[in-house]
Amino acid sequence: MSNTLISLLSMGILGAIFAIGLVIASKKFAVDVDPKVNALEGVLPGVNCGACGFAGCRSFAEGLAEGKASPNGCPVGGIDVAKAVEEILGIDTGNAFSRKVAQVLCKGGHAEATQRADYNGPMDCRIANITQGGDKGCTYGCLGLATCVERCPFDAMAMNENGLPIVFEDKCTGCGKCVAACPRDIIVLAGEEYGVHIRCRSLALGKEVRKVCQVGCIACRRCEKECPVDAIAVEKNLAEIDYDKCIVCRKCVAVCPTNSIESQDGKPIVKKKKMG
Amino acid sequence: MKKKTFRGGVHPEYAKDITAEKSIQDLPAPEMIVISLQQHIGAPVDSLVKKGDSVLMGQLIGNSSYAVSANVHSSVSGTVVAVEPRPHISGRSVISVVIKNDGQDNPCEMISHSDPIQLSPQEIKDKIKAAGIVGLGGAAFPTSIKLDPPDQANIDYLIINGSECEPYLTADDRMMVEEPADVILGAKLLAKGCGAERILIGIEENKPEAIRNMRDHAGSNAIEIVVLDTKYPQGGEKQMITALTGREVPSNGLPYQAGVIVQNVGTALATTQACRDGRALIDRVVTLTGAGIKEPRNYRIRLGTSFRVAIEAAGGFTAEPGKVIAGGPLMGSAQFDLDVPVMKGTSSILVFTKEDSKQFDPMPCIKCARCVDVCPASLLPVRLEAYSMNAMWDEALEYGAMDCIECGCCTYICPSKRFLLHWMRLAKNEIIVAKRRQTG
Repeated sequence: MSNTLISLLSMGILGAIFAIGLVIASKKFAVDVDPKVNALEGVLPGVNCGACGFAGCRSFAEGLAEGKASPNGCPVGGIDVAKAVEEILGIDTGNAFSRKVAQVLCKGGHAEATQRADYNGPMDCRIANITQGGDKGCTYGCLGLATCVERCPFDAMAMNENGLPIVFEDKCTGCGKCVAACPRDIIVLAGEEYGVHIRCRSLALGKEVRKVCQVGCIACRRCEKECPVDAIAVEKNLAEIDYDKCIVCRKCVAVCPTNSIESQDGKPIVKKKKMG
Repeated sequence: MKKKTFRGGVHPEYAKDITAEKSIQDLPAPEMIVISLQQHIGAPVDSLVKKGDSVLMGQLIGNSSYAVSANVHSSVSGTVVAVEPRPHISGRSVISVVIKNDGQDNPCEMISHSDPIQLSPQEIKDKIKAAGIVGLGGAAFPTSIKLDPPDQANIDYLIINGSECEPYLTADDRMMVEEPADVILGAKLLAKGCGAERILIGIEENKPEAIRNMRDHAGSNAIEIVVLDTKYPQGGEKQMITALTGREVPSNGLPYQAGVIVQNVGTALATTQACRDGRALIDRVVTLTGAGIKEPRNYRIRLGTSFRVAIEAAGGFTAEPGKVIAGGPLMGSAQFDLDVPVMKGTSSILVFTKEDSKQFDPMPCIKCARCVDVCPASLLPVRLEAYSMNAMWDEALEYGAMDCIECGCCTYICPSKRFLLHWMRLAKNEIIVAKRRQTG
């Protein structure tokens, strides 16, 4: 029995000594943390995606506490997080928060666009792009190897049967990872209130586009002429829309002969049949 | 005797016997010539002609104010029918001058020189620049810039690269066999141009006839023909320097930093033609080979001739081709369009049958380190692949990704058939893009 007693006592004494040591150390070497940082980190999404421009949510919280970051700097959290952050910081910037979602500006999938070669390399768009410009007839279009889908930290993207990426707009947080991953700059972030997108990035001449894709912009300028607010301009063989001017009247969608202009819900507007 | 060589490398099946004995023939210029305005490394040059202009053979049709560029000349006489984007070997469309050949081959005025070796170094460099000569081994770097190293670096050796280490290729071999005197004269001119005292000509031991002919014509003591071990990539610039001089080019550096300049056999021949005959670079020797071609041979082809015309002249395809490659099988690039033109850097048109161009699915790495053993740049391809797959560009840079010469030995040797080179190229590309973004 005495052996048990000795070991219990010695362990107990050792434990007490270490406990006292730890208490002293925690008091003496305590690091002062701004309580705001912890509170801020608590309200942030915690996915560490880096879309705010900081290394992760913790550094963004530190940035906020030091006043280096803007309360609406987290695109993932959106308006709710921005409000919570302003509450903790005790400020009200009154900044409107515009939720941004990714838009894929290419409609040329297997069905619409031509293939010019067989690509046998790694399934990565960036590599396909630097290997002879990829296998697609159009050298501006989506390569369809899903590098953007792999990069999405929120499962907000998938490849459809036609070989094009689709964005689930309810899940998209606008972090921009897919934008950075795309070697052809096909994906852009646009405020969700914008309803009309020109889904083509080809700078090739109209006749060249026709050869390789049925749904590419052929720079016919009909949308430019139709637009009542001059929001569309055709430059370098490609129509570009100025989202700030667009009033979402969808007139351009109706006149586009190749259906490369779409309204945001992804369904092209049904054209009126010509009478007579 | 132990042959001079470098560390690493592989021994692929050479298949040079298909065309090694075939002497160089002239391919008549076709009716339509497409001269790409990007024949070299660097930005495309500006066109000096427009639709409807008539041009003479050898006439300057494109130049640029950029430092890294090379003049472009018409390879036939005729009429310009279009200046528009056309398919290019890089897989993209590049602005090109399309010329309808009148079949006359009316040359423009050429200033010949009976004894070109009397020219001053600056005159030699000017003539090379005017003739639009670029490295004809394949990389197509403008020769005049290479001869003018920055910081007044002292050049001890001029190396003429006659190793032709890529399988199938025999163009350089034939040039050394048939025109050794002109190659040697070109080497002397290049050496005078860059101020090198000694000339080393490295030839792989699988070209005995070339070695013999070059030795017969070398003459002076300043020129040494060195026999090299037959191993790929013996003809890599840095590998050549290590094998011949024992010097090493610093990491991320250029050969002039080791006091050496390397030029290809074809470049030496073009230099002779430019300095002695005043002739611009308008044709080159191309090996048409591979199991997919009916009558493999070595052709001297006018620049701008389409692959289609060249292949038809060589009897066409034996069967439906599996792959048509511009350049050698290891470093060449597969083409998707037979209308691409022969350019200054096109050393070969290689046609594989369906059977030759087999594809494999990559399997997991078994950590055998054979890629590490064969890497001539002493890199760790397996590690760089992993960094690249995980987008760790800083680590890739630290592990020397930029020293990769893209020879493909790692991918060739890998028993798991992994895409090592593809991922390393991606890392290089991402590092370059990031650097460009930083510097603005």
